[in-house]
Amino acid sequence: MLKDKFSASLLVIAMTLGAGSIAVAQDKVAKIGVLNDQSGLYADVTGPGSVVAAQMAVEDSGLLAKGWKIDVLIGDHQNKPDIGSNIARQWFDVEKVDVIADVPTSSVGLVVNNIVKEKNGVYLNSGSGTSDLSNAQCSPNTIHWAYDTYQLANGTGSAMVKNGGDTWFFLTADYAFGTALERDTTNAVTAKGGKIIGSVRPPLNTADFSSFLLQAQASKAKVIGLANAGGDTINSIKQASEFGIIKGGQKLAGLLMFITDIHALGLPVANGLSFTETFYWDLNDGTRGFSKRFQARMKNKNMPTTVQAGVYSSLIHYFKTLDAMGGNPHDGLKIINAMKAAPTDDIIFGKGTIQPNGRKLHPAYLFEVKKPEESKGPWDYYKLVATIPADQAFTPLDKSACPLLKK
Amino acid sequence: MSINLQALSAQLLVGLINGSFYALLSLGLAVIFGMLNIINFAHGAVYMMGAFAAYFLLNIAGIGYWPALILAPLAVGLFGMVMERTMLKWIANLDHLYGLLLTFGLALIIQGVFQNYFGSSGLPYAIPDALKGGMNLGFMFLPIYRGWVVIFSLVICIATWFLIERTRLGAYLRAATENPTLVRAFGINVPLMITLTYGLGVGLAALAGVLSAPINQVRPLMGADLIIVVFAVVVIGGMGSIMGSIITGFALGIIEGLTKYFYPEASNTVVFVLMVLVLLVKPSGLTGRAA
Repeated sequence: MLKDKFSASLLVIAMTLGAGSIAVAQDKVAKIGVLNDQSGLYADVTGPGSVVAAQMAVEDSGLLAKGWKIDVLIGDHQNKPDIGSNIARQWFDVEKVDVIADVPTSSVGLVVNNIVKEKNGVYLNSGSGTSDLSNAQCSPNTIHWAYDTYQLANGTGSAMVKNGGDTWFFLTADYAFGTALERDTTNAVTAKGGKIIGSVRPPLNTADFSSFLLQAQASKAKVIGLANAGGDTINSIKQASEFGIIKGGQKLAGLLMFITDIHALGLPVANGLSFTETFYWDLNDGTRGFSKRFQARMKNKNMPTTVQAGVYSSLIHYFKTLDAMGGNPHDGLKIINAMKAAPTDDIIFGKGTIQPNGRKLHPAYLFEVKKPEESKGPWDYYKLVATIPADQAFTPLDKSACPLLKK
Repeated sequence: MSINLQALSAQLLVGLINGSFYALLSLGLAVIFGMLNIINFAHGAVYMMGAFAAYFLLNIAGIGYWPALILAPLAVGLFGMVMERTMLKWIANLDHLYGLLLTFGLALIIQGVFQNYFGSSGLPYAIPDALKGGMNLGFMFLPIYRGWVVIFSLVICIATWFLIERTRLGAYLRAATENPTLVRAFGINVPLMITLTYGLGVGLAALAGVLSAPINQVRPLMGADLIIVVFAVVVIGGMGSIMGSIITGFALGIIEGLTKYFYPEASNTVVFVLMVLVLLVKPSGLTGRAA
């Protein structure tokens, strides 16, 4: 009698456990949270376009036809770390979100990095620049996908020094991303024998750069490095041309430029700028096909930026991994490890790999902006100058400060 | 940091340029507040509309910068008058707070609509040919366009001050604010004057928008970024004081320019620090009358 009861309860326990583990391991549900700046200065670079990219990834993954249910949530962090962390926590605790994607603005990106690790989620960051995400602040739950400050600094910085731009003055956005970019560029420039002769740090989202540009002009540096992004970059370039800085013989290095920035500046102002990107819509048939479909779905008919393309690419790899697992285990660590183990291949970045520190590798390109007469029409803006192979574009593993690598 | 006299004078001049925008915008706010008792939070939005109006005139109708200097403020001013007649008029006798909330809501709606269609990076607007290039002043390279902005805003500011403080029309206006019933008894159409005044204030903001279009991008949020600073300028100068807001506008532009030189990280906050100090010492503002 007692024995019967005992085995019966064992059976109940076994059944509950079994049922529980099936429910966790084998459901076909995924929730993606796209967290970015929906209306501020980074809204064109990330914003609604990243949401479109995420939705395209869901459709292109083919998982819906296999009975999966995938939701895309949208969050507006307004470039404020406190707002971003609130949304991230709510997504994990209340909405049971599996993946947080995009997250531009490095200060927000780093805060969310910690939350995703704490909640054992999946963090596919395409929006933030700071290379800290795969260095000192790397996390086992994070893959830093599209670009980073090391790659930008290395590509543009080295190329400019090689062409004679050996003295630099920085215009640095005063927050995590700007300072990281300045630091990485300084390393790249000094490694090639260049010299930094000064820097000035305007606050994020400054409308008038003339004071700072005058200081840069007075420094007589050959290159003015713009360690800023989005609206800040647009305004500083536009006003630099107004103050005759280019005509005076100084060169501008846009350290982080996106196609939407060039579109907003117009070729008459932007031509001749050189910078590094990992994606351009007109690279090959794959990028062209994706970009045309993307453009058709955008309200303002913009072409995709590197960040938006990165959101698509990262989610495609995530869905492939889920498909291979046959279900969603809702275990961030397990999924990230499986994603790192599999080589990546998509229409955005081609074939690539993911390093153990969470850095996604793919080639980077040095572009120059076309002259107005060279452009065949809207969005035909870039000339490819050089290709930097994937293994040289990002921080070499032996130089990465990521604690995950020390085992 | 060693003080370089050349660099310093350049910063002073740049400050003066930014000051012209502060002055034009705070002037419009002061006119509206002084005559209508409305705290017009939609001021940044109409400034942005002025810039967009110039952009549309150029890219749709092919009308250039010079006509836009007149047409854009007229069009946006008209929009302002419609706003006053259909919405603000009904809350004229209520507490300030209602006007503030209504105009703030309107600003959010207007900006939201523009952002929905034009994104956040903005659209380019070229400097008119006649004002391209610059001159070397020895201590700095002054873009001609910026010089033009300073002179033109000064003229507009003084003309507005003259109109309100020194002409018969201005006298009617000021009388109508003091005692509308009595002025009406003299046969003056007070509601019409109030509508026109609101149109004037809004038109001034739109004019500042057109002036700034070639310097900054034409962006849906260009006004939202600026309006808070401009409110600080108005508070420092004294709510409703015309001359006060003009002088404070230019002065704060210069102070901000100097901050950008000595301690750039604080350049976005220096105006507000000053505002707090002024409010602590003289709550009615530097030139304001006690409420």
